[in-house]
Amino acid sequence: MHEMGIANSVLEAVRTEMGRHPGMYPCKVGVRIGEMSAIDPESLRFCFEAMIRETDLESLELGVETCPVRYRCQVCGGEFIVRDYDSRCPQCGSPETRCISGDELELAYLEVEEYGPSTVGAKSTQ
Amino acid sequence: MDRVPLERKVLSENDRIAAELRARFQAHGVYCLNLISSPGSGKTSLLERTLESLPRRDRVAVLTGDIQTENDANRLKRFHFPVKQITTGGTCHLDASMIERHLADWRLEDLDLLLIENVGNLVCPASYDLGEAAKVVVLSVTEGEDKPLKYPSIFFKSDLLVLSKIDLLPYVPFDIDVAAENARKVHPGMEIVKVSCLMGNGLHEWMMWLAERRRAHKSLAQQTAS
Repeated sequence: MHEMGIANSVLEAVRTEMGRHPGMYPCKVGVRIGEMSAIDPESLRFCFEAMIRETDLESLELGVETCPVRYRCQVCGGEFIVRDYDSRCPQCGSPETRCISGDELELAYLEVEEYGPSTVGAKSTQ
Repeated sequence: MDRVPLERKVLSENDRIAAELRARFQAHGVYCLNLISSPGSGKTSLLERTLESLPRRDRVAVLTGDIQTENDANRLKRFHFPVKQITTGGTCHLDASMIERHLADWRLEDLDLLLIENVGNLVCPASYDLGEAAKVVVLSVTEGEDKPLKYPSIFFKSDLLVLSKIDLLPYVPFDIDVAAENARKVHPGMEIVKVSCLMGNGLHEWMMWLAERRRAHKSLAQQTAS
């Protein structure tokens, strides 16, 4: 539902970053989305593609890495991925565990390419 | 081709404003709560009963969010505390810049408690930090016991679950123990209060929770200041 706003924030970040790379154009932006982030990756992709259509960023690809919910055991220090909400430590059985990741909504990277003969059709973002 | 690491949050602008708000709340000793639920779970009713129970001299203010109408603000203004409606005009959540804008003509030094009622929605508000000290999620017994499993993010991020409309329990197939168990699957040890805003059950526990949180926040603020 709010993926349109998220897609817009991603595109704003791409435009800001491209200001630092004159003579280049963006090919792909990578985001990390945690399973507990309340963001649906498919919905984000749909919004992203709708927003870049017929713009200077039309050729921009969205890379989505989904991140599982990870916990660390407070007793034995082991780290594990939680499935079906069972957050007890699988190694020592302790319920004393803490969530360390899984609600990511992060910009990971931007791939940029120099304009050249092979990039006919790619438009400037300037 | 070059790969440039970005390594920042997608909502970093929202988070920046939220961090500024949190620092201002801390500096002025304002305890801020962000109330979140589905539409119609009883956030406004809970706020009505809360404002009704607080002493008139208490330094409390309310921001209430909706997509349209001033209805909730009008309901809450009856209690003589400052209340402002935030109409988002279509946006399904509040964000930190809306809070900043609507606080602009209130003096934080005149406040001890700021209650924010988010737009009715269990999904999107979970992503937007408003600078609050804690989130509270409200779930009514006319919804499903599995809501915490279907919408884990908000239950995970909230400090307290208010199970509301418990006066309807005899009439609905809602197993309150299963609901509590599901909430604690997502958020082990989650605090839960069960209330009926209509009959008054559980409101004492809710007010005690709020008073205790305010007390703890105040003493932390004083320690930080000294």
